[in-house]
Amino acid sequence: MAAKHMEHIQPYSLQSGTMIPTNFRKFLRTCVIWQLMRFIAINIKMTILILRSHH
Amino acid sequence: MARLVVMGGGVSGHTAATFAKKWLGSKHEVVVVTPNSLWNWIPSNIWVGVGEMKKEDVTFALAPVYKKAGIDYRQAKAISIHPEGNNSGDKPYITIEYTSKEKEGQTEELTYDYLINATGPKLNFAATPGLGDANGIGEHTVSVCTADHAVHASHELHKVFQKAKTKKQKILVGTGHGMCTCQGAAFEYIFNIEHEAKKAGVRDNVDIKWISNESFLGDFGMGGMHLNVGGYTASSKIFAESLYSERKLSWIIGAHVNKVEKGKAHYELLDGSTGVEEFDFAMLIPPFAGVGLKALNKAGEDITETLFAPNGFLKVDANYAAGAYENWKASDWPRTLQNPTYGNIFAVGIAFAPPHPISKPMSSPNGTPITPTPPRTGMPSAMMGKAVARSIVDMINGASKPTHTACMAEMGAACVASAGKGLFSGTAAAMTVYPVVPDFEKYPGIGRDINMTTGEIGLAGHWIKHFLHFAFIWKAKLKPLWTIIPE
Ligand SMILES: Cc1cc2nc3c(=O)[nH]c(=O)nc-3n(C[C@H](O)[C@H](O)[C@H](O)COP(=O)(O)OP(=O)(O)OC[C@H]3O[C@@H](n4cnc5c(N)ncnc54)[C@H](O)[C@@H]3O)c2cc1C
Repeated sequence: MAAKHMEHIQPYSLQSGTMIPTNFRKFLRTCVIWQLMRFIAINIKMTILILRSHH
Repeated sequence: MARLVVMGGGVSGHTAATFAKKWLGSKHEVVVVTPNSLWNWIPSNIWVGVGEMKKEDVTFALAPVYKKAGIDYRQAKAISIHPEGNNSGDKPYITIEYTSKEKEGQTEELTYDYLINATGPKLNFAATPGLGDANGIGEHTVSVCTADHAVHASHELHKVFQKAKTKKQKILVGTGHGMCTCQGAAFEYIFNIEHEAKKAGVRDNVDIKWISNESFLGDFGMGGMHLNVGGYTASSKIFAESLYSERKLSWIIGAHVNKVEKGKAHYELLDGSTGVEEFDFAMLIPPFAGVGLKALNKAGEDITETLFAPNGFLKVDANYAAGAYENWKASDWPRTLQNPTYGNIFAVGIAFAPPHPISKPMSSPNGTPITPTPPRTGMPSAMMGKAVARSIVDMINGASKPTHTACMAEMGAACVASAGKGLFSGTAAAMTVYPVVPDFEKYPGIGRDINMTTGEIGLAGHWIKHFLHFAFIWKAKLKPLWTIIPE
């Protein structure tokens, strides 16, 4: 069964040639516990990026 | 006592001036010449443009901040640079014209020992007929490039949402010319519009379309990027197309918008074909140019071409003779941002002349160039401001040449594009890219460090966007601990 957010995609249209997130992936985007962990991970990554960028 | 003059009090100029003053103390002078009385955190204009924030939330008065910092603030615009002085003296100076109510139109000569050009872009609406004229935005499209533009955009958008309650409406967002940059801002705006349309209950009645000069969706003026997602190294094309598809947005890419009329955008595509896209609301980013500063030598002769590239951006230590795309190297990009002719002049942020685009240059069979110009986003702009400030401070204290570098081929950028503003309802695409300019010698194949080039969508990015909004305004206001907030 296709998820709701995929129903508008027509075969051979611009939108049909790419990847669409699954319901689980979409759930993770707003799952507060998972996102809190991602918040920490992204902040660490951005900090490393900043440190590597200063010369 | 030495005097540093900073032209432009935006993201890069404000960073340069405030750090320079902190490091120089009261022994030396820092002067900022900038035409606006308000500082604007431009990235949050997106939220103003959909009505989620007010102009007051993204701006603050500069005068009290500069007073507190001991910076001499002139509400004025720079007109010309005289790097050799004039017949009556060798001291370099700039001419400025005041824009404040009290002194409007008055001109003055301001001498300097060191000069930073941080004047950002001229929003060149006039490049596309109908997009605007020499005075700015026109009547057919809106913009979110300034806080005032964004307020206007929000009014127009809500009128369209109102109409969408009874009648289908068409929204067009993207770039208004074949040589635009700043696709990221339009990208963020289109997703915010989509989110707001859903919130207003009119999503099914609005057709939202993207139009841009990118040769593929997700180019962003950086030749795209490969992201580390889900165990794959995936092109940003897939990442972007996925987002657009999921949110029911369609797209036209490789487009040079060459004329705008009421409700119609005319364009030419990379394959040479032409088309017209109808709209009820359009936000099209204008191309950027230098702000049109002139340069004159001691004898008063025009030397603008010596100091500036033809697009009006200031020449720095870049390789402007790299030639064709195949010859481009990361080392073409400037490091010290010092002008090669006059060692006491520097340029930071959008004001420096890039050696060439980052995206591969393309044109239609009719010869129309359709290539994104390189982005100089907030983080790199601020880093350049800080590095140049450090170099100048060291030079004032005796160093013979710049001591610090800020090269876009050696620095990363973090970019967070939100959709919505609610703390639990909004999401954002959080992207990191390292380096901004791909280095194919160091990272063969994809040009970037795959561990540092990532993208993901979720609440986490959204929280970061909120945090950045408050942190950067805090920092720009020079509130306690401002120096430890990174650029
Ligand atoms: C809508 C929008 C959203 C964006 N979102 C993001 C984002 O999310 N993340 C990100 O990293 N970047 C973002 N950017 C890009 C970011 O805003 C720019 O990279 C940054 O502002 C560039 O800094 P700057 O100092 O070069 O120019 P500006 O910040 O534009 O500053 C230039 C200053 O010079 C002044 N000036 C102009 N002419 C003169 C003159 N003749 N004399 C003296 N002063 C003059 C101007 O008034 C202005 O104050 C966005 C841009 C836009 C338009």
